[in-house]
Amino acid sequence: MDLIKVAEAAFASGVEIPKFGSGDTVSVSYKIREGNKERIQVFKGVVIQIKGEGINKRFTVRKISNNVGVERIFPFNSPFIDKVELNRQGKVRRAKLFYLRALTGKKARIKEKRV
Amino acid sequence: MPGLIGKKIGMTSVFGADGKNIPCTVIEAGPCIVTQVKSADVDGYEAVQLAFDDKKEKSTTKPMSGHFKKAGTTPKRKLVEFKEFEQEYKLGEVIGVDLFEENSFVDVVGISKGKGFQGVVKRHGFAGVGDATHGQHNRLRAPGSVGASSYPSRVFKGMRMAGRTGGDRVKVESLKVIKIIPESNLILVKGSVPGAKGSYLIIEK
Repeated sequence: MDLIKVAEAAFASGVEIPKFGSGDTVSVSYKIREGNKERIQVFKGVVIQIKGEGINKRFTVRKISNNVGVERIFPFNSPFIDKVELNRQGKVRRAKLFYLRALTGKKARIKEKRV
Repeated sequence: MPGLIGKKIGMTSVFGADGKNIPCTVIEAGPCIVTQVKSADVDGYEAVQLAFDDKKEKSTTKPMSGHFKKAGTTPKRKLVEFKEFEQEYKLGEVIGVDLFEENSFVDVVGISKGKGFQGVVKRHGFAGVGDATHGQHNRLRAPGSVGASSYPSRVFKGMRMAGRTGGDRVKVESLKVIKIIPESNLILVKGSVPGAKGSYLIIEK
């Protein structure tokens, strides 16, 4: 197991990602390649789960866009992540926030964590 | 073929230069020690015998410990002969992962995982007989006919049937070398490799 970690460490993307957990609101700046051009798209939403370990650790961000729920999964070590910003820390009681999928509007709010 | 002896560590996946996620196997390859140099004069052919993975002196037989002492090394578990190295090696020399190059292709030999006694569908890829429905009830994974009737009145040798599966020597060809980490003797190849974690592999250039 240890040698696998050594091998994975050689492929770390090197982008500093702030420490965040489920319920936090983050904006992910994601590089999008169109032909030869590269532009950055920001995806802002609530982290509803963190899964996996090592180089395959990834997090799911959920947002409501045009009244439609959109979820995206980002690998922590993806070479396409430019930066991740932590906007707001949420107070939640579980690690996986799948219950948010059934909720909309005021019900889908998350209390802010008092630091 | 020139090559090294290695040990399968396990699988993971990494991001390539183009951002694609590549499945790969981590192999601990070498360092291997030359324990015998075979020459055409003495042995009738040219080859280099390499040794890998330490073992205890007390679990080594007397003849083998003499063989290792001759090469000036500690006893090793696995010995394999390789041919056609580009350079000549002397007894006791160490060969490491730098033998391979990144983005080149290697062949990997291993002993596949034992699957026990398996039917003909898993073992030989047969499709079974008949349908799952339409009144059919017990021929789904059956081998079907094994031959004709009164002539030849026997089943031909080599007819593919159920039996012990796996545990064979398997060679996987042309695996791309994704990365070499010389500090910890690691080599990452694209795709899977036969055998269980911790089993010995032969990596050929």
